[in-house]
Amino acid sequence: MYNSRMLAPINLDHNATTPLLPEVAEAMRAAALDYPGNPASQHELGRRARRVLEDCRERIGELLGAQMGGMRADRVIFTSGGTESNNLALRGLLGPWVGGHHVATGPDAQLDLIVSAIEHPSIAAAADALAEQGARVARAPVDAKGQIQLAALPDLLARRPRLASLMLANNETGVLQPIAEAAALCGDAGVLIHTDAVQAVGKAPVNFAALGVDALTATAHKFHGPVGIGVLLVRSGVELAPQLAGGFQQAGARPGTETVALAAGMRTALDAWQQESAARTARLAALGQQLQTALLAELPDAIIVGAQAPRLPHTLCVACPGVDRQQLVISLDLAGVACSTGSACASGSSEPSPVLVAMGLPEAVISGAIRLSWGAATTPAEIAEAARRICLSVNQLRRQ
Amino acid sequence: MSDDLTIYLDNHATTRVDPRVLAAMLPYFSEHFGNAGSVVHAYGERAREAVADSRRAIAAAIGASPEEIVFTSGATESNNLAIRGVAERQRRRGDHLVSVATEHRAVLDPLARLGRRGYDVTLLDVAPHGRREAGLVDVEQFAAALRDDTVLASVMLANNEIGVVQPIAELAAACRAAGVLLHCDATQAVGKLPVDVQELGVDLMSFSAHKIYGPKGVGALYVRRTRPAVRLDAQISGGGQEHGLRSGTLNVPGIVGLAAAVSLCQLELSDEMSRQTKLRNRLWQRLSAGVAGVELCGPALDAVDAAGTPLRLPGNLDVAFGDVDGEALMLAMPDVAVSSGAACSSTDPAPSHVLLALGMTEDAARSTLRFGLGRFTTESDVEMAADAVIAAVAKLRGLAR
Repeated sequence: MYNSRMLAPINLDHNATTPLLPEVAEAMRAAALDYPGNPASQHELGRRARRVLEDCRERIGELLGAQMGGMRADRVIFTSGGTESNNLALRGLLGPWVGGHHVATGPDAQLDLIVSAIEHPSIAAAADALAEQGARVARAPVDAKGQIQLAALPDLLARRPRLASLMLANNETGVLQPIAEAAALCGDAGVLIHTDAVQAVGKAPVNFAALGVDALTATAHKFHGPVGIGVLLVRSGVELAPQLAGGFQQAGARPGTETVALAAGMRTALDAWQQESAARTARLAALGQQLQTALLAELPDAIIVGAQAPRLPHTLCVACPGVDRQQLVISLDLAGVACSTGSACASGSSEPSPVLVAMGLPEAVISGAIRLSWGAATTPAEIAEAARRICLSVNQLRRQ
Repeated sequence: MSDDLTIYLDNHATTRVDPRVLAAMLPYFSEHFGNAGSVVHAYGERAREAVADSRRAIAAAIGASPEEIVFTSGATESNNLAIRGVAERQRRRGDHLVSVATEHRAVLDPLARLGRRGYDVTLLDVAPHGRREAGLVDVEQFAAALRDDTVLASVMLANNEIGVVQPIAELAAACRAAGVLLHCDATQAVGKLPVDVQELGVDLMSFSAHKIYGPKGVGALYVRRTRPAVRLDAQISGGGQEHGLRSGTLNVPGIVGLAAAVSLCQLELSDEMSRQTKLRNRLWQRLSAGVAGVELCGPALDAVDAAGTPLRLPGNLDVAFGDVDGEALMLAMPDVAVSSGAACSSTDPAPSHVLLALGMTEDAARSTLRFGLGRFTTESDVEMAADAVIAAVAKLRGLAR
């Protein structure tokens, strides 16, 4: 066995969270000191904090492809992160509930909400909670490649739900989803569509307007920004029922004291992505190619999950038949490689990944799959060394 | 700070981050960045340890157990979670809720929304303006408002405008006797007064970091786990963090900042309470001597309860200036940052509901300024602020003549 004290740690769990870029940490430190006021206060310190906050809001919206300013401005609502944004999207777009039934769905509706079978727990569990309260929820199936089956959507949309929530890229497999196409289908059917873009922003191009969705979730800590802040973009004219009550911040859509330091951190992280987006995507993809090639050279029977589908450039879900994923992750932790078996929320869980189950993968793949994910600062040398340690661990476990 | 000329006396709105708190947070911006939900590797381990240490420190400071602390994005979320979470979970037991007219919007608004959904909400009055105990809830009236179908009462510990400290322990005893849960919004009290959930007897308690020299974007809800264990519905679903009560990736630097902020306040509590009381009293002495016709809003500065505990937060002063508009007064002294009863916030033009609940007229409410003294307030700040207010009132009265 390796001794982690002897080996430099390598972080291949960037889908759980990412380290702050140095300029992001500096922007937050400076904002915390320079803008101590409450953005809701009337005095100059408050107004100054408000100006910086609104500047961040506008820039974040622009960088994500929202329409900022003008008569048809989209809304950028700050939240505490992806989970809150996703919960706000589902409950807020479905509309207020009266006596266990929400008001928004028309009388001919046979369905309230569509979510895909591979959503993050912050959508999947929120949909379950809504179902418990009486909402009619359907799961859109995925194919063996890991993509939502567009062909299944028309039948679901014909049942006249209020909302579909389909993720832009999966957090376990990295598989990109056909959201622009789904948005067109939803638009034709008069159904609102929200997309959870948490894993895509900062790694692949994401443009709210081009996707044609009505709402989009992003969170800063997945692209080298701070934990504790996310946004929900909401298209101009789309109604959103607030979920928190208690103040006038953000036009009542999301009350609570707004935080300038976190907004400045998110903005700086997004600016950093904007400055090098094509180069970062290419760099991440090259690292992925390097990792995949190295693993397959040594472990020719390894299976890349979602290999047939377009994927995010920074995620590799790989299964080594005969090797248990939990054992492999623990062995890799000892070897100084951080990775995971699925979403961090479910980490340590022995339940099979609902994502891989939904893809209909063989049991051997489901029980063997680990998720490797890298970031903006990961180097080719780290990838080469990580691949070496992964192959050693797999071979050791196979000999046991 | 970027502008050293400003005298900041708006510490009830927010406080600047203490450099010692920021220093505690900084390592979690860089080397210790893991996701506390990642149990399988060393990065997550360190983040989880930091959260566990912080949780222990915060729990110890308020007399709770670590598992009774639920981290949130701030007091607004904590209040919403407590009120909606209990009301929704316990609806079969009853749908009556009791609170007070002078609560913060983050309590009144969720209650109003529940009211629109068919819940029955009783809002109690407080002792009126002019009385020594102005703003105080009457314990007997409170006890009489509790019914068989009452599931929750929500009363703040210290008011954010007039600083009145409510008799929470007595209210809690009444709740206990009636089998009603008590939520307490302690956002303005934690770190400024001794706060112990066992002594107070509360079942749920909200507080946040940015009111006590910590970062914005993080707060907590205390949820009693024994005698009785409080049951409430989560309002945000997902990965099941915080015992399923609040899903979402934990804000590790923020949580570390909250713990550091709470610990520092605790360490300096008794010194700060007497220092701020003295400064506050000096400010009132200057204003009452230098401005004709000023009135104190809220309880008398020297009013105490039966145990001799002051009825008012040490750093709080709320003053009505009679014929002078509070907003005009703020504009006339741009170097002093305070807030006005003329509007709750820059986006809400209605006069303070707290002052109206004291029986003050709209005009009187619009003539008030709220002074919130804090850790960084000095004697010379108080003298200069008093000079500025006295000069500004004189100028405005001169113009009006």
